[in-house]
Amino acid sequence: MATQQSRSAARFMLAPAVILLLGWMLVPLIMTLWFSFRNYLPLRGGDLGWAGFDNYVRFINSSSFWPSVQTTLIIVGGVLFITIVLGVILALLLDQPMWGQGVVRILVIAPFFVMPTVSALVWKNMFMDPVNGLFAHIWKFFGAAPVEWLSQASMQSLILIVSWQWLPFATLILLTAVQSLDSEQLEAAEMDGAPFHSRFIYMILPHLARAITIVVLIQTIFLLSIFAEIFVTTGGAFGTRTLSYLIFQRVLESQNIGLGSAGGVYAIILANIVAIFLMRIVGKNLD
Amino acid sequence: MARAVTNNRKALNTAIAWSIGILIFFPILWTILTSFKTEAQAISDPPVFLFFDWTLENYTVVQERSNYMRFLWNSVVIAGGSTILGLIIAVPAAWSMAFVPSKRTKDILLWMLSTKMLPAVGVLYPIYLIFIKLGILDTRTGLVIVMMLINLPIIVWMLYTYFREIPVEILEASRMDGATLKEEIIHILTPMAVPGIASTMLLNFILAWNEAFWTLNLTAAKAAPLTAFIASYSSPEGLFYAKLSAASTMAIAPILILGWFSQKQLVRGLTFGAVK
Amino acid sequence: MKLKNALFAASALVSVASTAAFAEELTIATVNNGDMIRMQGLTDDFTEKTGHTVEWVTLEENVLRQRVTTDISTKGGAFDVMTIGMYETPIWARNGWLVAMDDMSEEWDADDILPAMRGGLSVDGTLYAAPFYGESSMIMYRTDLMEKAGLEMPDAPTWEFVADAARKMTDKENEIYGICLRGKAGWGENMAFLTATSNAFGARWFDENWTAQFDQPAWKETLEFYVNLMNDAGPPGASTNGFNENLSLFQQGKCGMWIDATVAASFVTNPDDSTVADKVGFALAPNTGLGKNSNWLWAWALGIPAGTQKEAAAKEFVEWATSKEYIELVAANEGWANVPPGARTSLYENENYKDVPFAAMTLESIQSADPQNPTVDPVPYIGVQFAAIPEFAGIATEVGQEFSAALAGQQSVDEALEKAQALTTDAMEAAGY
Repeated sequence: MATQQSRSAARFMLAPAVILLLGWMLVPLIMTLWFSFRNYLPLRGGDLGWAGFDNYVRFINSSSFWPSVQTTLIIVGGVLFITIVLGVILALLLDQPMWGQGVVRILVIAPFFVMPTVSALVWKNMFMDPVNGLFAHIWKFFGAAPVEWLSQASMQSLILIVSWQWLPFATLILLTAVQSLDSEQLEAAEMDGAPFHSRFIYMILPHLARAITIVVLIQTIFLLSIFAEIFVTTGGAFGTRTLSYLIFQRVLESQNIGLGSAGGVYAIILANIVAIFLMRIVGKNLD
Repeated sequence: MARAVTNNRKALNTAIAWSIGILIFFPILWTILTSFKTEAQAISDPPVFLFFDWTLENYTVVQERSNYMRFLWNSVVIAGGSTILGLIIAVPAAWSMAFVPSKRTKDILLWMLSTKMLPAVGVLYPIYLIFIKLGILDTRTGLVIVMMLINLPIIVWMLYTYFREIPVEILEASRMDGATLKEEIIHILTPMAVPGIASTMLLNFILAWNEAFWTLNLTAAKAAPLTAFIASYSSPEGLFYAKLSAASTMAIAPILILGWFSQKQLVRGLTFGAVK
Repeated sequence: MKLKNALFAASALVSVASTAAFAEELTIATVNNGDMIRMQGLTDDFTEKTGHTVEWVTLEENVLRQRVTTDISTKGGAFDVMTIGMYETPIWARNGWLVAMDDMSEEWDADDILPAMRGGLSVDGTLYAAPFYGESSMIMYRTDLMEKAGLEMPDAPTWEFVADAARKMTDKENEIYGICLRGKAGWGENMAFLTATSNAFGARWFDENWTAQFDQPAWKETLEFYVNLMNDAGPPGASTNGFNENLSLFQQGKCGMWIDATVAASFVTNPDDSTVADKVGFALAPNTGLGKNSNWLWAWALGIPAGTQKEAAAKEFVEWATSKEYIELVAANEGWANVPPGARTSLYENENYKDVPFAAMTLESIQSADPQNPTVDPVPYIGVQFAAIPEFAGIATEVGQEFSAALAGQQSVDEALEKAQALTTDAMEAAGY
């Protein structure tokens, strides 16, 4: 029923958002591409001329490149896995009748409001510190030697911190989906003697598929670029250097803008591979 | 008959849910408690939980050292301004995608989301240079724009999913009655979309409030929000757990309170079209 | 109180209107270290004297460094005064990014600046940043634990003695660790300590042809000694401990010895924060008899970015903050133990300061560091715990991560050195050496 007039009006209304985002994408992208072919070393006097593909070759040949891609994928994957599994469990639990449901919900979603910097600082110092951290005290209480979380279990610790931050988000979205479940149908199935696991697999999970897709999509976007958590806790040491952290090291610590920009281009390629992969799934689930 | 069993089950649910809730909330609770301890108590062994001499000293020290209200105000302006500006641009865009969809609508949506995947740190220099050229370094205006652009894809997408749930028949009926496009948006669409718009606003306010890369790197003194406030307490010399806790509590309290008051809205509204 | 301040400032404005042409508002970037926080608290005195007001940007060290470097290399102009170190100053000055400090007033007395500090902050004899405070590193040890172990600390101990004492003082049951050393990765964290230590073991970063030297025996000896010592006598989680972590461990009485910045002395002897304030002794950083001690040299200094429109006012601020009067002002407000140390000769000649227990050892440590000849064998670079070339920070942070992993037991000393050698060679090639 859309008329010609409403079509052009629609285009007109869409334009500002598209143009702005196009600018936000293209201007830095073109500058990054330009820098990536230059020998741009601010501390050596700035732009020192054409570098060809040197930066690209150097970045990908560096011994830290592939480990950083791997680290990135492990963190994204690990956090997604934990937040979705726990998110589904929490969503199902929070949907049950109970006393003080509102308060519990508040407690569960609270971490979402905490700045990443603050949460990293709090976890690092007040929980994971091997001498003064609360975990160390608990371990000692049970007679165990305190764990050096951020060096001995660096990835697990990092995934724990990030999962804690994103669990509320997953729970919230999954909860709205759980609430829209047809409870009569479920009760009927229960009366018929269907055990919980089959009800879960055949009725609940399919209903949640869409919500899970959305959690995966949105969280991946944010998780690919986590920075503050690594900067505050390990500074990229002990195998926690993600691709975006590696770029940070090249750009800001080594002050090699050209090399960092080449890394940025690789990161964009990686993000797009992940994105295409995601779109395939999401595309199916979003219609 | 189903209800009869529930009291036992309800008690069990309550016990489990509360334990998990408290466990998840504990790091925040611990931070708040620590902020009322002295530095020595904050690291005492064994740790003290509730029975210590409560003191406001840390808050006094933090307030003396940094002008909390200014950081707070900058955070409010940046998060609020970017959310409102984002809505002004996103509402028409989402409207047109939801009600006049074309073949490319889904592509455009996904493309918008993909702009968020640009690694921020890789483009720091380009953006910094642009900011200098435009003279908006260390201004709230500059940050409002950046935050708006960063969150725009999310806003558009959220609104799009809400708008799509509005039955088209209502719009058609209003058009029959001769309503103009403007009237249609203001009088029919907006009221129906208010819950969705509200939760969109909330989510974006939270995201902008917590963003710590651009807000830290594009500001100096004048436009620095609470993320910069935290960076001045993050690892000073000497004992700092209690003061860090006080600063952290001050930085997250406003958004935590806002979140608590609006949790119903978030629980109902944060669907991203997950429910059909 | 606020109102009173405002009135005060307003009247000050009027009274100095004749001396200061314009009352400017300065934006000053600084580190969140104790001495700078004190300076922040005394800003009113500066405003009173000159009429200029100050906006502080106080950030954690790493954030600050990244922030100011971005700003100065893009000529962003976000700051009028920047707090920078001995590493940045010569590099920035050579790029023409800093205003020379060669026209300071007579009263400021440039000749009073300690020669070591002056040398480290100058390029071709011109000072480019004024030292706010300076430091070296030294041993801080617990006199009671030393006595309990039946040992006596010499003024200039060897590493052998220190290691032996550390192992004897260790009592892990009671959470007493013989020695606390930096392990947290970073060029200004573990690498500052390890580079300075390696100097005493006869190691160096580069030979005269800029070839990386991590494949040489001296480095292996250094790193093995350090890792073994820390495993036997160090605190748990040492590989994530930096200055701050070790400071709180020492203040809680958990360290027998701690080798770190001389400025820490005023923290560990402050009875408000430290549980061991009256049991701390000081000694020179250890050596191995090769003629170099393991101590470094560093200054936090105030620099003015070239091209700022508020150069005159910025200079007034730098003069104020690094003057003799400022030291007196801090002494009057907070006591002599809390004045910014290590910048001026006159401070160490002051009768009042001689009573401060760590003053003499601080001065001796500073004077024994020589950035021009830091190592046993000759090197092409300047700097004790760093090499003042632009690539160093990036390289050393990555090397530091390898060493930190070796300390954590995730790789062997040999593996760490091999990787360090490879990545340093790589980076130096990339930089065109």
